Amino acid sequence: MSQKTFAIALMDPPYESENLTTAFRILDVMAQRGHNINLFAYEGAAGLAFAKQTPHPNPVHGKNVAEENHPTTKDQVTALLALAAKNGGKVDWVNCGMCVDERGVGEFVADTRRGSPADFHSFCEASDNVLAIPTK
Amino acid sequence: MAEYLLIESRDPFESNDVGYYYDLASGLVEAGNQVTLFLIQNAVFAARPSAQAPKLQALVHSGIKILADDFALKERGITKLLDGVQLAPIEIVVDHLEAGHKTLWH
Repeated sequence: MSQKTFAIALMDPPYESENLTTAFRILDVMAQRGHNINLFAYEGAAGLAFAKQTPHPNPVHGKNVAEENHPTTKDQVTALLALAAKNGGKVDWVNCGMCVDERGVGEFVADTRRGSPADFHSFCEASDNVLAIPTK
Repeated sequence: MAEYLLIESRDPFESNDVGYYYDLASGLVEAGNQVTLFLIQNAVFAARPSAQAPKLQALVHSGIKILADDFALKERGITKLLDGVQLAPIEIVVDHLEAGHKTLWH
């Protein structure tokens, strides 16, 4: 299969919806196959790449940070970018500017950027296919 | 004729909208399109043989290819599927996107 470019829209915030688990599974397959991913993180999803997310211990279960091994979406975003690059693909991860301002999550992990819904319009025009994953 | 992948994430027992999505699948097939309905997340509950889900059962053998996400089934401990529903990996979504099929998520 030749390299494709996909436009993806996410809207769910971190740590709330199974939609994101499924979305990252799909993104992982795209990255493994070396496709380009143009992703617009809208509304709550603008927090996925927020750099100040911190793994935590679980005192109820008596686990420290390492034992709890709590996943963060910022690490999942970073891993996605690395996997795509390893396989020859590019990820343009755009965080909706107004959404991050509203939520105070304007500090992103490396190689993601601030943008607007106009970026998603451009992504759709430039992509081979589009998948929008709305909130429920 | 177009090819569609309709991804259903919701359990029909939690949302009446699911019935409308099944209707969309039927309508697209009746209009001459090829449709795959991919059940993910809680949508796979309807694919149990014991589920009282007549609207999904009506789609079986209607010309719609019905798939259920293997990961979602495993998470929920579902090991038996309604006749006519096939197990599928998440890679199926990317296969359809690569092929240029119109892909919708509900």
